[in-house]
This record gives sequence, C-alpha cells and structure tokens, in this order.
Amino acid sequence: MPINPYIYIFAMAAVTALIRILPLTLIRKKITNVTLRSFLYYVPYVTLSVMTFPAIIEATGSVWSGLAALVIGIALAFFKVGLFGVAVSCCAMVFILELFIL
Amino acid sequence: MSVNSNWYKRGLRDGIPIGLGYFAVSFALGIAAKNAGLTAVQATVASLFTNASAGEYAGFELIAASAPLIELVIMEIIVNARYLLMSCALSQKLAPETSIWHRLLIGFDVTDEIFAISVCVPGTLNPFYNYGAMSVSIPGWAAGTCLGVVLGNLLPANIVSALSVGLFGMFLAIIIPPAKENKVIAGLIIAAMTLSFAFSKLPLLSSISSGFRIIILTVILSLAAAIFFPIKEEAEDAD
Repeated sequence: MPINPYIYIFAMAAVTALIRILPLTLIRKKITNVTLRSFLYYVPYVTLSVMTFPAIIEATGSVWSGLAALVIGIALAFFKVGLFGVAVSCCAMVFILELFIL
Repeated sequence: MSVNSNWYKRGLRDGIPIGLGYFAVSFALGIAAKNAGLTAVQATVASLFTNASAGEYAGFELIAASAPLIELVIMEIIVNARYLLMSCALSQKLAPETSIWHRLLIGFDVTDEIFAISVCVPGTLNPFYNYGAMSVSIPGWAAGTCLGVVLGNLLPANIVSALSVGLFGMFLAIIIPPAKENKVIAGLIIAAMTLSFAFSKLPLLSSISSGFRIIILTVILSLAAAIFFPIKEEAEDAD
C-alpha cells in the first residue's frame, strides 16, 4: 500500500527541523572533535555534487543543453555570481539552446 | 521605537533579496514536486514547513520512488547535515539567556542564506532579525513552490525543461565558490560527480537507488576527506 504523501512531508519537516533546532537548543559548547567537525564541513559539498551530476544532464530535453547549463553554472559560480543569478542563467542557457539550436 | 522592532525591520530588509531568490529557485522545486506526483497543496505545505532546497528535492525524489520512510529519514539527515554545523555556529551568536522559544523559532529556519546573513550580524544576534528575514523568505519559498506545481502543468515543455535546471544552478552557486579557495573541496566535487556518474551508469552499481547513492557517496567521501584533510578553525569560519 502506498504511503500517504503527507506522512513523507511530515517526516521530512520533522527531521529537518530537529537537525536545525537541536544544536541551537542543546549544545552551547563548540564541537571539539576535529574529524567529526571536518566530516560535517565536507558533507554539503559531496551531497550537492552527487545530486547535481549526472541529474542535470538528465533533467533537460537534451543531454547537451544540460551539459551547457552545468558549464555555465560552474563558470558563473566561479566568479561568485549569487544563487539567483546562477540559477536564472542555467535556465536561460537551456531555454536558448533548446529553442534555437538543438 | 523598541530594539526588537528595529532588528525585525533590519531582518525584513536583508530578507527581501533572499525571498526573491527563493521565489525563483523554488519554482523549479515545484516542478520537481509535480514530477514526483505531489499536488500544489502538498508541495506548498512541504515548503512552508521545510525550507531546504536540497532536502526537499531529495525528499520529492524518494516520494516519487515510493521509497521506504526510513530511507527518507536517513536521506534528510545526510542532506541536511550541514545545518547541524550552522546551528552550532549560530548558538554561539545568541545571548546565553536567549529563551528556548527563540531558539526553536530561529532553529526552524536555519537555511544557507539566513545563516549567512545572521552569522554576519555584528555582536550578539537578536532573534527578531531572523524573524524579519523569515517573514519574507518563507512566503517567497512557499509561493514559488506552489506556482511551480500549478504553472508547471501549463508551461510548454521547453520552458519546464529550462526551469528544471534552476535548482542545480543554485547547488553549483553554493559549492563552487568555496572550491576556489579550498583544493580539497574542489577535489571532492570532482570525485563526487565522477563517482555519481559511474554509479548511475555502471552495471550492478546502477541498480542502487539514487537516494542511497547519495548517502553512500556522501559518507565515504566526506569521511575520507575528514580523515586525510582535517580542517582548521579558520577554514570553517570562512564558510
């Protein structure tokens, strides 16, 4: 039997909130274990990388437009264009390529 | 005028660009939610109570796959692990006498962007600064998600295709700038993307669900990096 989507949504909200709230309410001292701190520090970069690729080339109408979005996204992010600018540029790249070229 | 209302207004002002950015980015999240089979109401509720792009995106993927609940719970812990660190850092910014209710409310919305602006406030952090930022960013996030689901149905395929990369663009904007200064992060990103690609294409490995692929690679690569390249204090503060 499929699970009600609201149960997933509730679980997602509860786990996310707990992760964000627990340290702020419980831990008043700094984490001193270097390995644990380093692990937590590196986690987002690996997670976001794995989620971005190859998904970005599978999300679009063509592999090539997705690849172009990846390249332009990396290039603009490299020059510290903000979240909003990078996101919009990736979308524009895919739109233009799929409209006129591919 | 009270100190709290001043801080609230300041948060509101700093939250406007965040709210606008969220609106655009969460539109792509709405499309992902629609693809996962969620209704506009479900997706909006999800975004009101969970303000996390990567976490929600991963969650929607798992909902689409009808994954076991435990897989979603593990996934959310892994994907949102960075907020544990941010929450720790933010706890140092609060006055020790700050009440549990303020801590709960601030904690609820520790996003990358709100963390970034609130940890940069000079001196002690007044909770009302966060409430100001939250009162524009949360509606922006939820409204964008809602419109993504609703308009995702009406928009032509090429526009949907274009918007679906918006979220990945945001992920890149988070991971690439620190990689410029930190070679370990740069190496990790390359290794993670290469292995992720290999896992999705190679026989046997490709049978692993995308959710567990993220969990396995994150734990292995981050742990390896933590053991071989433990970070110094300054590197973390610069994040």
